[in-house]
Amino acid sequence: MRSVAVFGGVYSNHLALAAAVEDALARGAEALYCLGDLGGFGPNPDKVFPILQDAGVRVVQGNYDDSIARGLDDCRCGYTDPRDNHYARLAYDYALRMTSLGNRRWLAELPPAIRFRLGPLRVLACHGSPRQVNEFLWETTTPSHFLAKLAADADCDVILGGHTGIHWSRRFAHKGWYVNAGALGRPANDGRTCVWYAMVSADGERLEVEHVPVRYDHEALAREMAGEGICDEFVATIRTGWWTTCLEILPGKERARGHF
Amino acid sequence: MKDLNILASPSAAAQAGGEHRIAAPGTAMDSPPQVPLRALDQLWFQVSGTVCNLRCKHCFISCSPDNHSFWFMTRSQVAAALAESVPLGVKEYYFTGGEPFMNHEMIGILEDTLALGPATTLTNATLLPERTVGELARLAAGSPYTLELRVSLDGVTPEMNDAIRGDGAFARCIEGVRRLVGAGFLPIITAMQSWPEADTGRILGDFRRLLADVGYHRARLKILPPLLIGEEARRTQGYAPSIRVTHEMLHGFDLDQLLCARARLVTATGVHVCPILLDYPGARLGDTLREAVERPASLAEQACHTCYLHGSICANTGGEGEF
Repeated sequence: MRSVAVFGGVYSNHLALAAAVEDALARGAEALYCLGDLGGFGPNPDKVFPILQDAGVRVVQGNYDDSIARGLDDCRCGYTDPRDNHYARLAYDYALRMTSLGNRRWLAELPPAIRFRLGPLRVLACHGSPRQVNEFLWETTTPSHFLAKLAADADCDVILGGHTGIHWSRRFAHKGWYVNAGALGRPANDGRTCVWYAMVSADGERLEVEHVPVRYDHEALAREMAGEGICDEFVATIRTGWWTTCLEILPGKERARGHF
Repeated sequence: MKDLNILASPSAAAQAGGEHRIAAPGTAMDSPPQVPLRALDQLWFQVSGTVCNLRCKHCFISCSPDNHSFWFMTRSQVAAALAESVPLGVKEYYFTGGEPFMNHEMIGILEDTLALGPATTLTNATLLPERTVGELARLAAGSPYTLELRVSLDGVTPEMNDAIRGDGAFARCIEGVRRLVGAGFLPIITAMQSWPEADTGRILGDFRRLLADVGYHRARLKILPPLLIGEEARRTQGYAPSIRVTHEMLHGFDLDQLLCARARLVTATGVHVCPILLDYPGARLGDTLREAVERPASLAEQACHTCYLHGSICANTGGEGEF
């Protein structure tokens, strides 16, 4: 296998997921991976499951999926500020209420990580980090030597992760790469309404990473969210591309790039 | 107070748990629980020792202009520890004191650090002239990593703040915040909760209005529980004699919630468990980082109880969640 597509958190954005699957297949992706957190934020969480299953997407279990599967009272996103937790609670309560029992059982069966080879490179696909499902790996707070230790401890060359919702990637060693796929569920806090996934290809021992914007009918999603009674702050993010909630977890540099 | 900051829900750590729980080490029940280092995620530097330009009435290590128990670290001392930290996979670097900007090599120290990873400096913001803030902005712009400034401000008025931090501290701090914000920083404003819980909503609103008045419109605020040691024990009260972390309390508890499971503190004269325990001789773990990471931390002190209740409140985003 030489080229795969990697999707970050879907957050119930079924319109973006469908668009991303189509785009990735058109680009020649030999396999599709999703790094978990299928629900939350968006509307009607059950809509994403048939899209993933029909396309044969290989899905890693995120913290959200584990919580929904087990019916826990919290998403365990790892927020530490009451303002962040307030909005996380709103999203989680809706997602838990609206996810069918059958889909919750499907979530329960997802693996915490998937290993595969991309050319000669040993790849580990996970949700947060190889060691912790809800670890935030932001671009400006993740040293290269820390990534090297994570990869060494996990016995891999390439780490594919998500959880933060903002895409980035970095080469940290000769064969060592970290790729954060970003999220399909909401924009990247950059004032653009598109969402992002990653195309990852091996050229010998060299990894090629392309962060791909996905344009989709975000207005239709916003209308569906409003129709479901989802809070205005979430809808505004879909319409503007700026995060309005769960901002306190952001490092200073990422926070400064946003509007709020 | 020495500048720790995080808003942690009471008992958050005590309630946390999940798949990463590890059992309390089995030691004799009459000895304090021992916590091995899980990973050296945070490396702290007591970069200005116990020397501070202020004499706060709640400082948990009683820092002041004349407390020379721990002296300034040199840039070369910090650089040596930074080099030692790389193969250990440190994720974040923190600088505390005392007041870090009393260290004349602080800009160089931050420059060295930001070449490797993210740096957070805990400051009272009273020693931040335009020139220093300009240097900080230059460092921040030149690094791929975040430079965080955590600013201690313990009240929304001069009367409220200066009763704790000393006359004139409020005005100088606010001016420091104004300069930082003007240079593009989003400082994390920290306050020790010195008011009744019922007043928190009103006071947080007052903080936001105060900060907006100096141009800080999306203020990052962290409220800390008091640590009942050092000056704070004299100002209000110390821990009750019965307060200790016991083996029994750790059954099923996620030890990774404790800072000592994920951090060490480097000083000019050795490596300690954590900033809170600086004054306790038993918390000195060795001369080098390599020695200190091999030795477990002992939850022997009453202050460990605050960490048990609230989690690693020292960290930028600690206090809840899982490891």
